[in-house]
Amino acid sequence: MSRPLVRELLRSNLPARCLITEPAALKPYETDGLTAIREVPWLVALPETEVQLKAVMRICAQHAVPIVPRGAGTGLSGGARPVRDGIVLGLSKLDKILEIDLDNCVARVQPGVRNLAISEAVAEHGLYYAPDPSSQIACSIGGNVAENAGGVHCLKYGLTVHNVLGLKVVTMRGDTLTIGGKGLDYPGYDLLALMCGSEGMLGVVTEVTVKLLPEPPAKVVMLAAYRSLKEAADAVTDIFRQGVVPAGLEMMDKLAIQAAEDFVHAGYPRAAAAILLCELDGNAAEIADLENLVVRILEDAGAFEIQRAHDADAQARLWQGRKAAFPAMGRMAPDYYCMDGTIPRRQLSQVLHAIAELSESFGLLVANVFHAGDGNLHPLILYDANVPGELDKAEDMGGKILELCVAAGGSVTGEHGVGVEKLDQMCVQFNAAELRQFERVKEAFDPERLLNPGKAIPTLTRCSELGGMHVHGGKLPFPKMERF
Amino acid sequence: MPERDDSVRLTQVIGEASSSRQRLSIVGSGSKPWLSAPIEGQLLSVAEHTGIIEYRPEELVITARSGTPLREINQLLAQHRQRLPFEPPCFRGLGTLGGAVAAGIAGPARPWCGSVRDAVLGVEMVNGLGERLTFGGQVMKNVAGYDLSRLQVGAMGTLGLLLSVSVRVSPEPQVERTQVLELSADDAVGTMRRWARVSLPITATCYIDGLLHVRLSGAESSVLSGADGVGGKVWDDPLFWATVRDRELALFKTVDPLWRISCPPAALLPATDVALEWGGAQRWWRTSMPEDEVLAYAESVAGVAQRAWSSPVFTTPHMHRLKQAFDPHDVLNSGLVHADAAA
Repeated sequence: MSRPLVRELLRSNLPARCLITEPAALKPYETDGLTAIREVPWLVALPETEVQLKAVMRICAQHAVPIVPRGAGTGLSGGARPVRDGIVLGLSKLDKILEIDLDNCVARVQPGVRNLAISEAVAEHGLYYAPDPSSQIACSIGGNVAENAGGVHCLKYGLTVHNVLGLKVVTMRGDTLTIGGKGLDYPGYDLLALMCGSEGMLGVVTEVTVKLLPEPPAKVVMLAAYRSLKEAADAVTDIFRQGVVPAGLEMMDKLAIQAAEDFVHAGYPRAAAAILLCELDGNAAEIADLENLVVRILEDAGAFEIQRAHDADAQARLWQGRKAAFPAMGRMAPDYYCMDGTIPRRQLSQVLHAIAELSESFGLLVANVFHAGDGNLHPLILYDANVPGELDKAEDMGGKILELCVAAGGSVTGEHGVGVEKLDQMCVQFNAAELRQFERVKEAFDPERLLNPGKAIPTLTRCSELGGMHVHGGKLPFPKMERF
Repeated sequence: MPERDDSVRLTQVIGEASSSRQRLSIVGSGSKPWLSAPIEGQLLSVAEHTGIIEYRPEELVITARSGTPLREINQLLAQHRQRLPFEPPCFRGLGTLGGAVAAGIAGPARPWCGSVRDAVLGVEMVNGLGERLTFGGQVMKNVAGYDLSRLQVGAMGTLGLLLSVSVRVSPEPQVERTQVLELSADDAVGTMRRWARVSLPITATCYIDGLLHVRLSGAESSVLSGADGVGGKVWDDPLFWATVRDRELALFKTVDPLWRISCPPAALLPATDVALEWGGAQRWWRTSMPEDEVLAYAESVAGVAQRAWSSPVFTTPHMHRLKQAFDPHDVLNSGLVHADAAA
């Protein structure tokens, strides 16, 4: 690859304002939401049109330049971390809502449109877009598709894959694939399911058609406080056993409750070992019936305090502590490392107990704030990056937690993606034949492996080296060596 | 139904077929022979690979071997007041879980309770190389690696033989009731689209012969207020939705060509004697009009038309490459992925 030649070709296809090459201006692109891992790209392209985007991909394909697609850069697994010798293809300027089709209850948008902007644009019609990742103010729909983003309400309303009907995708082969549309099924393989969560490795999304839902007319939010994690975990299973699927069901442990209370004073009971936040939605008559049923279940499981919020203000107050939980951790420790494993719900109490034991043996505090309803844990490991060795220790412990999730019948990532962060744990979850199958799927779309190389799927070499090295304590020799 | 693990034999047969380039035609209970008409090869039956591997009602997940009859799964779920959200058809009373997933056909609840793909959480499968692979799992959220489990839905076994599938189940509603409204076809479309923009407990619609049937499901209070919202009269035929689901309405039994059209739900109607499901997104059109005119109509409304009772085909170059990625020697259900697609 000749950098000057590629730069020249890009300049002849894109206006100067769409190309970043100045070191200072490149700096913000060196990392995404996983800030511990950085690499400055040598160029960032920010196309304003689909034609420009295709030109960038064509030039890169011809000159074998790796491309790292990037949405809003809020990802938590390093999926948008640049690669050496590669360019970053930012989609932030493709930010138009192309169509709001009320008859079909869909919106057609460009990938750089923010998640929340879709709901804001259709609110006047009583509609909204359901998936609500916690970064929804900032994150983009293209990134949501790449990561198959979830959120608090995906328990009832599904993940991105359940709420997207159509996609336009450009591949490194230069093809534009129109996948799905405004109807419910189209012939052939379900490429839509394949693209959702493929971490920008199979194609670049240039258009998304999303499903719009009517706003539920009634809502109630409840808080239940427990003296033990086990009681709270049992309440979660009881709710499902009774046939209730809440709109959201979140859990916070003692450390998370303390941090949130110190930070926003949401009125959470400090004496609790765990609290559950449960949201029910639907029509008013249904909610009244369900509310009584759920309160009984929560009490039977041993809740010593229950708060109910019926109006929007009170509901916002109850949610406030949960929403502020991550920033609140900033007051407890200089840094935290957020994990994202999933487990079957019935294993909640056992796995939380095992995490507490790990916390003790590593000497690092862990706060748990997570989507209990779908078994998606977010242990936050607190550490101080300025203390030599603490980041390594936190990463090591995080890896152990994910292996615990796999052993419990779960997965190393529920909604944040593998990125560069969880490549080693992928070796635990998948065997060689499965990893080779992933590789062949990648090759079907990107034979030269130029699109987001080194992310999501570890190479067999990496896994076998790791397997051998676990014996020596899990520390990689030559940690600076690229191992994708 | 006896439980039997036939996975070792199934894996072995595919491995040998892969080496000898022997084409295989995978069959479950044989309930949908029209889907696999173009497939050539030695029959490989999954019907003896049966049994529920794990079912924990509080997890809302069931895992079963692919040859397990849907009937058995439905019965077990009903005992725990749960059901398969995608309401798969049981043609002629038959059908297996593996067949339902491979065909990817959902019933009347599709727009409200999700597709077959929406419910699939994980699969264990054998690819065309005879390798036994597991993708996804039993958890609700899982983004580790490409989602190769949901890709199997509707793939007709061309990417792999399904050994077992984990699917999400949903609680049975307390109450279910059907209202019927007498309307013209155009008004039926308009009415259904108006309903889509407000919160109503609708879980199925079917417009046929001038009558719009709408099923409401949920808590009793919710269904009652929903019935007020949609209007019309109570429709008292407990078997109606199973008849719609299993395609046993009189409409499906005629000799005239019958077309299935999948399109945006609000799309203009091609004629007034069209049956409508899925809020308008699935349409059945019995017409003697030439094929190219039917296809042109579907294209004009951004939809697709296909003869009812015909097999799906996979025709783009990308689909052909995907097939090669899973089954490089083309041994699994060969004939559906067209070789000319590689051009």
